[in-house]
Amino acid sequence: MPVVDTPVTLTPSDAVLTDAEVHRIRNDFPILGTEVNGKPLIYLDSGATSQNPVSVLEAEQEFYEQRNAAVHRGSHSLAVDATDAYEDARAAVARFVGARTDELVWTSNATEGINLVAYAMSNASLGRGGEAARRFALGPGDRVVVTEMEHHANLIPWQELAARTGAELRFIPVADDGTLRLEEAAAVITPATKLVAFSHASNVLGTINPVARLVRLAQDVGALTLLDACQSVPHLPVDVKALDVDFLVFSGHKMLGPTGIGALYGRAELLNALPPFLTGGSMITTVTMERAEYLPSPNRFEAGTQRISQAIALGAAANYLAETGMERIEAWEETLGARLVRGLGAIEGIRVLGPDAGRPRIGLASFDVDGVHAHDVGQFLDDKGIAVRVGHHCAQPLHRRLGLTATTRASTYLYTTTDEVDAFLDAVALVRPFFGAHR
Amino acid sequence: MSTGLEQLYQQIILDHAKARHGSPLREHDGVGRVGESHQLNPVCGDEITLRAGVADGAVTAVSWDGAGCAISMASASVLTDLVQGLPRDEVIGLVDSFREVMRSRGRIEADEEVLGDAAAFSGVSRFPARVKCAMLAWVALEESLLAANA
Repeated sequence: MPVVDTPVTLTPSDAVLTDAEVHRIRNDFPILGTEVNGKPLIYLDSGATSQNPVSVLEAEQEFYEQRNAAVHRGSHSLAVDATDAYEDARAAVARFVGARTDELVWTSNATEGINLVAYAMSNASLGRGGEAARRFALGPGDRVVVTEMEHHANLIPWQELAARTGAELRFIPVADDGTLRLEEAAAVITPATKLVAFSHASNVLGTINPVARLVRLAQDVGALTLLDACQSVPHLPVDVKALDVDFLVFSGHKMLGPTGIGALYGRAELLNALPPFLTGGSMITTVTMERAEYLPSPNRFEAGTQRISQAIALGAAANYLAETGMERIEAWEETLGARLVRGLGAIEGIRVLGPDAGRPRIGLASFDVDGVHAHDVGQFLDDKGIAVRVGHHCAQPLHRRLGLTATTRASTYLYTTTDEVDAFLDAVALVRPFFGAHR
Repeated sequence: MSTGLEQLYQQIILDHAKARHGSPLREHDGVGRVGESHQLNPVCGDEITLRAGVADGAVTAVSWDGAGCAISMASASVLTDLVQGLPRDEVIGLVDSFREVMRSRGRIEADEEVLGDAAAFSGVSRFPARVKCAMLAWVALEESLLAANA
């Protein structure tokens, strides 16, 4: 344990991925061989949720068939086995992002990870955690900074935290080309700023944000940093120490893992000073009828029976990605992203959001079709077996900033072929004629 | 083109999506009591503001502003043509019939005698994700009529 199904057909090298190799990878993903509406499935919605390789599905099943027991309690053999598998998975996922094992806290998903930090800061603001937690306390005059391109998950928890504590919430604006206006970031990140929370890569624009510059601006004023890495950890090599952020969150289901599991990374020194968010069993040392003492990280933040099978399956997913090679996946998706942007840009009446072809972008593209609503675009593509995301992608403020209410997004992954991208582009070219929107 | 897509996007729907009868929103002075409703589908951001006038138990005027997909905009346009001049109680009955068809998952075919052009939306009921799009204007009308009566 954990079960690691090394994709043996892969070239064990740092050679770039090819379509032939991607076709072999696809054999590991049962769902990619299915049909939708009588057409072979073309899955271009990995930005919302990714598909699962057999090794991940088997890891979860194998746990239930052979090791199912509560972890970190009980001393029977099965409980020990389950605990080992659970902690091995933590080690695998921690290693995958360059974190120490005690710095990786399991959460349900990135949303819960962000809420964990926000509510822990809230508790610190009420005086919980004592002197050690004072650095997390917020009040009137303090500031939290986000960006205008955030997913609602990295916006609303901070709105609520600001409302509870009297702190103010400010944002770094987005330029027309889908990049952050860094010249304004320095003005927004003032000495009153206690936390800067921003996304590594935008789920709508595909923009890869300049983490180092923003971290430096935050550190210069003594602010903490939280990176929403939902769209980066699955798609490019991420090393939390190299990024030098204080907190980082990601979701398992976007990186070949199951739903219901994600992780929060935090620097050990911070996690051990942060008051807990959820409290209850398994996160304590001594409990009296009046008070309790808490375990250090990560158990401090893992109250109650945990998501054991999901964690183990996420460990298998991290191993699958590591075996394939994150540099290779990044390069492959860069190729696909550029193909999407160039192809969409060549179709009349299509406005592609985000950076131009050739500028840093993850392998996704959101676009507006002149005269056709995104819902109708998505329906048209679905009829051809093509799954895309339509709507505001949980980023209403960003869409409002760009003068749009809804867009269509195609997002790729390591199992996406260039043929699929081309079939998608061919289908998009038919959308405006079908709806009579072309002139 | 597969039959599924053509059943959903019948020509009459595509035409109404562009023609948008009843749009833009008007003041409706002197048509009786006027009620208004704003409806938003938070999933996709589709929205509509609809005003209906009622006098002597009949729907005298309907107008609306909206932004949304072809299904939601065409539905508002068809509804406008269908209900103006009809007795209020009959209109409420039409909303109920339309809702019943929409929720039927394709089991109930709309009666064209009753629903007129709105029968073209029968195909929508096979696409559960789009039922809200088709219903948006009808819910707005229902609430406008309640507001006009208040």
